[in-house]
Amino acid sequence: MSGPFLEATGLRGGYGAADILHGCNLSVEKGRIAVIVGPNGAGKSTAMKAVFGMLPLREGRVMLGGRDITGLTPQARVAAGMGFVPQVRNIFPTMTVEENLEMGGFLRRDDIRPTIEQVYDLFPILGDKRHQAAGELSGGQRQQVAVGRALMTRPQLLMLDEPTAGVSPIVMDELFDRIIEVARTGISILMVEQNARQALEIADTGYVLVQGANRFTDTGAALLADPHVRASFLGG
Amino acid sequence: MTARTIAMFLLVLLLILLTGFLQSWNTALYILNMGLVSAIMALGLNAQWGFAGLFNVGVMGFVALGGLAAVLVSEPPVPEAWAAGGPRLLLALGTGLATIALVVAVHKRIGKRWLRIATTVILACLGFALYRMLFDPARDAIEAVDPATTGFLGGLGLPVLIAWPVGGLFAAGAAWIIGKTALGLRSDYLAIATLGISEIIISILRNEDWLARGVKNVVGIPRPVPYEIDLQQDPGFAGTAAGLGLDPVTASTLYVKLLYAGLFAIVLVALVVLSQLALNAPWGRMMRAIRDNETAAAAMGKDVTRRHLQVFILGSAVCGLAGAMMTTLDGQLTPGTYQPLRFTFLVWVMVIVGGSGNTLGGVLGGFLVFFLWVQVEPLGQALMQVLTLPLPDGALKGHLLESAAQMRLLTMGVVMLLVLRFAPRGLLPER
Amino acid sequence: MDLLNALVALTNFVIVPATAYGAQLALGALGVTLTVAVLRFTNVAHGDTMAFGTMVTILATWGLQSLGISAGPLPTALIALPVGIAVTAWLLLATDRMVYRFYRRNRASSAILLIVSIGVMFVMNGIVRLVIGVDEQRFDDGARFLVSARDFKEMTGLDEGLAIRSSQAITLVTALTVMVALFWFLNRTRSGKSMRAFADNRDLALLSGIDPDRVVRITWVLVAALATIAGTLYGLDKSFKPFTYFQLLLPIFAAAIVGGLGSPVGAIVGGFIIAFSEVGLTYAWKKVLGYTLPAGLAPDGLVQLLGTEYKNAVSFLILVLVLLIKPTGLFRGTST
Ligand SMILES: Nc1ncnc2c1ncn2[C@@H]1O[C@H](COP(=O)(O)OP(=O)(O)OP(=O)(O)O)[C@@H](O)[C@H]1O
Ligand SMILES: [Mg+2]
Repeated sequence: MSGPFLEATGLRGGYGAADILHGCNLSVEKGRIAVIVGPNGAGKSTAMKAVFGMLPLREGRVMLGGRDITGLTPQARVAAGMGFVPQVRNIFPTMTVEENLEMGGFLRRDDIRPTIEQVYDLFPILGDKRHQAAGELSGGQRQQVAVGRALMTRPQLLMLDEPTAGVSPIVMDELFDRIIEVARTGISILMVEQNARQALEIADTGYVLVQGANRFTDTGAALLADPHVRASFLGG
Repeated sequence: MTARTIAMFLLVLLLILLTGFLQSWNTALYILNMGLVSAIMALGLNAQWGFAGLFNVGVMGFVALGGLAAVLVSEPPVPEAWAAGGPRLLLALGTGLATIALVVAVHKRIGKRWLRIATTVILACLGFALYRMLFDPARDAIEAVDPATTGFLGGLGLPVLIAWPVGGLFAAGAAWIIGKTALGLRSDYLAIATLGISEIIISILRNEDWLARGVKNVVGIPRPVPYEIDLQQDPGFAGTAAGLGLDPVTASTLYVKLLYAGLFAIVLVALVVLSQLALNAPWGRMMRAIRDNETAAAAMGKDVTRRHLQVFILGSAVCGLAGAMMTTLDGQLTPGTYQPLRFTFLVWVMVIVGGSGNTLGGVLGGFLVFFLWVQVEPLGQALMQVLTLPLPDGALKGHLLESAAQMRLLTMGVVMLLVLRFAPRGLLPER
Repeated sequence: MDLLNALVALTNFVIVPATAYGAQLALGALGVTLTVAVLRFTNVAHGDTMAFGTMVTILATWGLQSLGISAGPLPTALIALPVGIAVTAWLLLATDRMVYRFYRRNRASSAILLIVSIGVMFVMNGIVRLVIGVDEQRFDDGARFLVSARDFKEMTGLDEGLAIRSSQAITLVTALTVMVALFWFLNRTRSGKSMRAFADNRDLALLSGIDPDRVVRITWVLVAALATIAGTLYGLDKSFKPFTYFQLLLPIFAAAIVGGLGSPVGAIVGGFIIAFSEVGLTYAWKKVLGYTLPAGLAPDGLVQLLGTEYKNAVSFLILVLVLLIKPTGLFRGTST
């Protein structure tokens, strides 16, 4: 197989008559981390939804592992190996941590116990709180539940929309470490981040999205070094 | 007014005229009069649901309060009953109100939680005991006064037309209490709360004989129009009737109904004009802005709950007014006949069918749905006659023919569901 | 001795009837709360769904009786219950297909769905009236009493008798079984968990591959079962009259709201709170007080706080109190 694992090209579309995305391109290599940064309202979440099939596209194509998945429903994309953690409302609040994970693996017909144990290994705190309602956890723990839920289908591509929103810097570093760990197991990661500097540090590829189009695309390190990017998007 | 509106109202006129020619003019005028009353009820509900998105599932209660007003204002007082226990009863009611006021005041003053709960509970219990001690003997004394014909305090003996606005006030009072409690919470809480208060109002009317004779009914409520008998004995009237080729009995009933129609039409037109003015004023624009986007309106500093309370009270008052008018038309208050399907949910069908949010839509719905309500029964009967023609006489045929009378509710439901599905904005949509 | 008598009288007139009634309300409120949690609307037609289910059960009971089939000491209606549930489930699924599904697909607001359910209520009410009429029907057969007042008095030698009607015992046993089964289903099975997930976060449930149509179907079947069982138990205990079932809507909704709309545990607790308050406030306490208070203090009135005609006022008062003090209900439910 040649080319990146996920390749979305020329995405155009929006919620109503007006387009939010104006020809946006995204790709992730196998087992690598790609990070999307950009100002609020740039269309980052919209781009994620487009890749996941939750947005009607007027133009553009999404390829996963060499297969054209542009026409698939989100559910079918889950079956095809994609996992998605939305920006908001990404857990089942009244269900226990363990039930959240079970629901994540709802489509699987084989034994999901080992995967649950793997998630507990990755996020030990979840193992301790497995019988607690997810809605009663702290913000950082809830994000871990959300990521764990998405991992339950054993995806090859994990998409995260602002996984560190609203968590403290220490927890954020911890979460980033876990995400790197996930990537090491061969899972590709596409992630939107507000904490641009830290995220780009761990990114293999970085995208700066402005008004629904790519403004800058480079390796994470190169973007961090780029004075234009620094001045406009990283706060100097 | 659009061509569609005019066409629809012409249709109503046509239907009523057809009823007159094919069935009887008495039925036609009955449909017209009750159509006018229904239109006013629909106007009230439309203000709440159509303009503000509020669920009032207690129209029946407000309508019944209007009916109570008709009794309390226009019936002559019963001096024996007043002598037997009137003042004591008033004292009891005053004690009850004072208790509530005291409990509320104390509840607000005391900061400590357990102390607050304890004192309010104790005060409420003491007040209730005192109330019952005063109330029970007074009630028994009043109800013992000639129970076959009176057994209640009677009213003020004033002209019945005064009862109409008073009915509105009664309903407004009840609406204020409900609105204060349930507005500003989940929208369906208001639905349940109004459902509850209307059931309670009906229970009170059915059981508090001292108030309006309960299920013994108050009949012969004084009228704002002449009595048929008097007309028939008036030589001038008989002469005019003869000139029109009518016998005096028919002429008198028609004349009386027409007089009612005139009175009702005046009220309806006044209400329509007022609500149009209100809707086009800044107040109405704000109401609609709130309905269409509550969050945004709240963010712009509008006090949404207060506005909702206003429109909820206004709409309920209109329902109360309609209730007083209806009781005046009937000449009697019969609490046993108040059914939620007829007086709450049918009004909902009217608003939905007519067009929620459109003043004239609600009015149209009132006429059309009431027409249907009356005519479904003979139509269903006729239909069933035809359908069961091939069946042998027997239990099944008898049951089917009998049950045809129940076709009404089914029809109303089907009509409502069809309109919701295929013309969700009603026959006369809001612009 | 007097204290024992008081206790027996209290059990006989308050605790036993209120427990049975509370169980019936709880089952009704469970149906309402499931609709709110999963389908996200307040179903005004629930009372009439109960009436419909009970009606089918009654018809099936009559059918069985005419065939000479009975359940011995138990009411025949218990054997007829599955028929009632099946037909009601079919009706609700058909209604969903023809009515509700359209609005769900269009993501209509819960307000619109509430209004739609008014239309459905008219239709169901019409069907019930067409088929069985508006009159009262009694359909309990089998043994009348589990414990009769006379036997109890003879057995214990007390002045007060304790009667437990079989319908009350059956209500309790059935309701308990149904509740345990329901909680087992919701908490232990894949389908039940998918229902809770759907109720919790519809979009995420879709992303997880949960089939919304299946969840909706399961919910309607559960609602049909709960409504039919609640209605039949109520009918066995009191009697069947379509209009009474409409009036049950108020205590049932009050129970669901008091417990917290959308919370199954809340629905059960709410049902018992409403039932005990209703029976307690409308019971004439003279007898019980007469036994417990010293002779001089015994009351001469009935000590009935409210006439039984005002029992719906009790549900309403509790509802108002809860709305004023804790509008989300005792247990946290879903929000629409
Ligand atoms: N469901 C929606 N319906 C209509 N418009 C939407 C919707 N969601 C987002 N938008 C609009 O699309 C644009 C892009 O929104 P999007 O959520 O993609 O931004 P974002 O880059 O993720 O911002 P943030 O950093 O705040 O999460 C915004 O103008 C927003 O108003
Ligand atoms: Mg976003």
